Amino acid sequence: MLRAWRIALVFALLAIATAVAAQAIDPLPFRDHAEELRFQHLTSELRCLVCQDENLADSNADFARDLRHKVFELMQQGKSDAEIKQYLVDRYSEFVLYDPPVNAGTWLLWFGPLLILLAGGVAVGYTIRKRSRAGTPATPTDTGDDW
Amino acid sequence: MSRLLPLLGFVLLATLLGFGIWWNSAHDPTAVPSPLINKPAPAYALPKLDDPAQTVTKEAMLGKPYLVNVFASWCFACGEEHPVLMAETQGLGIPVVGYDYKDDPNDAKAWLAKHGNPYSLVIADESGHTAIDFGVYGAPETFLIDGKGVIRYKRIGPLTPDVIAQQLKPAIAALQKEAP
Amino acid sequence: MTPELGQLALILALLLALAQSTLPLLGAWRNNRALMAVARPAASGQAVFVALAFAILVSAFLHFDFSVQYVADNSNLQLPWYYRIAAVWGAHEGSMLLWVLILNVWTIALALFSRQLPEVFVARVLAVLGIISVGFLCFILFTSNPFGRLLPMPPDGADLNPILQDPGMTFHPPVLYMGYVGFSVAFAFSIAALLGGSMEQSWVRWARPWTNAAWGFLSCGIVAGSWWAYAELGWGGWWFWDPVENASFMPWLVGVALIHAQAVTEKRGSLRAWTILLSLFAFSLSLLGTFLVRSGILTSVHAFASDPRRGFYILCFLAVVVGGSLLLYALRAPKVAGGKAFALVSRESAILIGNLMFTVAAAMVLLGTLFPLLGDALNLGKISVGPPYFGLLFPLLMLPVVLLLPFGPYLRWGKSDAPLLRQVLVRAGIAAAACAVIAAFLVQGQLKAIAGVASAVWVGVGVLLYVLRRWREMPAGRRYPAEMAGMLLAHLGVAVFLIGVLLSESLSVTRDVRMSPGHVASVGGYDFRFDGVTQTRGPNWEAEQGMVTVSRKGETVAVMHPQKRTYAHEQVQTTSAIDAGITRDLYVALGEPMDPQHVEGAWALRLYTKPFIRWIWGGGLLMMLGGFVSAADRRFRVKRTAEATQTAAASVQESRA
Repeated sequence: MLRAWRIALVFALLAIATAVAAQAIDPLPFRDHAEELRFQHLTSELRCLVCQDENLADSNADFARDLRHKVFELMQQGKSDAEIKQYLVDRYSEFVLYDPPVNAGTWLLWFGPLLILLAGGVAVGYTIRKRSRAGTPATPTDTGDDW
Repeated sequence: MSRLLPLLGFVLLATLLGFGIWWNSAHDPTAVPSPLINKPAPAYALPKLDDPAQTVTKEAMLGKPYLVNVFASWCFACGEEHPVLMAETQGLGIPVVGYDYKDDPNDAKAWLAKHGNPYSLVIADESGHTAIDFGVYGAPETFLIDGKGVIRYKRIGPLTPDVIAQQLKPAIAALQKEAP
Repeated sequence: MTPELGQLALILALLLALAQSTLPLLGAWRNNRALMAVARPAASGQAVFVALAFAILVSAFLHFDFSVQYVADNSNLQLPWYYRIAAVWGAHEGSMLLWVLILNVWTIALALFSRQLPEVFVARVLAVLGIISVGFLCFILFTSNPFGRLLPMPPDGADLNPILQDPGMTFHPPVLYMGYVGFSVAFAFSIAALLGGSMEQSWVRWARPWTNAAWGFLSCGIVAGSWWAYAELGWGGWWFWDPVENASFMPWLVGVALIHAQAVTEKRGSLRAWTILLSLFAFSLSLLGTFLVRSGILTSVHAFASDPRRGFYILCFLAVVVGGSLLLYALRAPKVAGGKAFALVSRESAILIGNLMFTVAAAMVLLGTLFPLLGDALNLGKISVGPPYFGLLFPLLMLPVVLLLPFGPYLRWGKSDAPLLRQVLVRAGIAAAACAVIAAFLVQGQLKAIAGVASAVWVGVGVLLYVLRRWREMPAGRRYPAEMAGMLLAHLGVAVFLIGVLLSESLSVTRDVRMSPGHVASVGGYDFRFDGVTQTRGPNWEAEQGMVTVSRKGETVAVMHPQKRTYAHEQVQTTSAIDAGITRDLYVALGEPMDPQHVEGAWALRLYTKPFIRWIWGGGLLMMLGGFVSAADRRFRVKRTAEATQTAAASVQESRA
């Protein structure tokens, strides 16, 4: 237990050191604005591993900077977004993707809300049907106060 | 029955939260398991810390299992880990390669001179480019690489006597058993 | 005053809370008036002691009493007095104390403004609030004592995390907690109604203003938090779908559903069980939100340091409060669907559909937030769920709500006539389409921006048409009752919010640039000239301050001073410069010096133009205002006598129907 605490402390220190410095301002020599936009979009969907809940675009951690430069370098080599993502997944696992791919493991994540919506929709439909047959809805006289 | 649904939902949620509390007290929540385990280690060619003219490559290290320990002089947790390495590396029975990560070589040399050098060899990755291929995202990290150049085990965070006894040594023993 | 006194006050408060939570319940059960009468004095006494404990902690901060561990950890001699007060709730222990204080504020308010309610009912409501208070006070006393001593006393304390040293941060937690805790009132009302087993709907009318006010506070707290993230974190973003943000967003979403469901139940008697369930959900999610941050279950940028012991306590507390209330619901929820019938095209149906979407959205946020944990549990590997997931699903779920919104006020209870709705459809539709075409020319085919303009006009014109109609058709004084005015304001807030989100998301421009003094960079039609960096200092920090002059077509628009501050204890914090405007924000953040030798004085800067971003918070504030205005409706505070006979008659009539 104590050991777990020590590790937690170490990582807490690490995390503070990265969180405090706040922002990642990192001018890179983009060819044009479209490339810059593509880079911003791509790095905002990749997770910085050391800083927990920050993306690569925003993180000022030294490590995030290295990965940003790697992404930039791969873009210069003409790699597609999917190839760049795969490159990072091969090394750091799917944890780096803020946009988890749809597969057997994430099926519940992506389609769970739809299932809930369908179940709820059936319940709502059933309720409306039942209530509309419960009798003729009394239309209140329109005094303007009933709204 | 439908009136019980919210309660059932909550029971599931509470179970998940209970699992989370247990899991996070037993695991380091910041550790991300490496996808490189049981995959060939990336090719690398890095200079020796004390003699930058000489380069160490993956090919040159093939044949015998070895340990790669990622450290840096700026890394707080490495300082915690260091005495453990000083005490335990002799007993591992395989060479331990120090991997100096994103560090000024002079700082690293001074650090090793001050705290002692547990490594049989130290390589330097000043830029951190090669470390990306290894999936390194912080120091300390430790890789066990077998004689065929395959990564067999990875530790994220400091090695401790417990981790060495319970995880690392059995992994090394398993390696030595399969390669007589 | 000594810290031990604070601890003693908390123990006394706990004893009174125990009395408040047990005796009145017993009294209500045995119909013993003397026991029921304990509720109010016990609640008042508890509030006095909690306030005393809080005051002692504030005073310890103001007097630099570093012998208190919590004070030493979160303040130091240089910290200005206003941030020393804010530091009281800057970390876990103090923020829990604030939570209990606010729970007591709501309890006292309820005790004062509940004279017109039946005594049995009030006794039960106050007892339920007492139970919650017992749970929190035990949590503080046993796991998170803010009054623990640190001996020997250090000469100076550590610093409050610099990112918390911001006006937004002094303001954000208290208001957010006002919202979270405010839902406890609707919760307690529901529990009291379930315990009483009464099928009458009068309690819903009493609960409505409290729910609306709590939701208003929650909206305000979320806006403040979002503003803080925007101004202080320096990433120019206003919402990150971070677990902690999600934790506050889920009760908000359920709160929206609850407000509308309560209206249906109060006015038509329908959806009673659903309204009760939503009240339970809203507060349960508030508890979950408060606790997820502290249990160590989720990791997040602004999570509190965690302790498994706390996590375990929290889980037990949730099991008692949430599990217990849902069990009560399973046993006692109204079995017969009561209330008046309604047709497919009616306000009830529309609200029901809206309720469905908001509830599913809350479930989606919960699923996404906890899914990484589920991934660990089911051994699916470590997974990240982030903005791309929520940002895709949330708008999809809200689309039906936006489409239905303009019809809301026009729809009538029970049954609506189609021609009136068709008229709204045509007018708002034409307006939205026309504005979309104009927007398409202005923004050069940015689909998101066009959608923003169209949806905002669709909602906004719908609301305004209704305002006009009331103005024409109703005599002065009866045009806009507070309840309706609040609804209209909140709906208008949705329109403003849509403009803000979709335009700023699609039209913002961000550039990271390397600039030497005199260098000009052009971003989004503005020219940013860097005029170098000077030194400056504040009460507890020193800073390098950049100067950036912004001009448009040669005319100077703003002079901005982004800073990079170094606080005591070497903590570095960038403070962005923001030039606010109705149609755009200019935003400059200072990075690192680019040439260490300072030959040319080049720095890295991040420059943003953010069109219409302010409308996001404007929309949120309108929603907040809507909640408060509705809550102020006099109709909710009708005297008990007239009310009781009326509802009693209604319930008799319904039980026969």
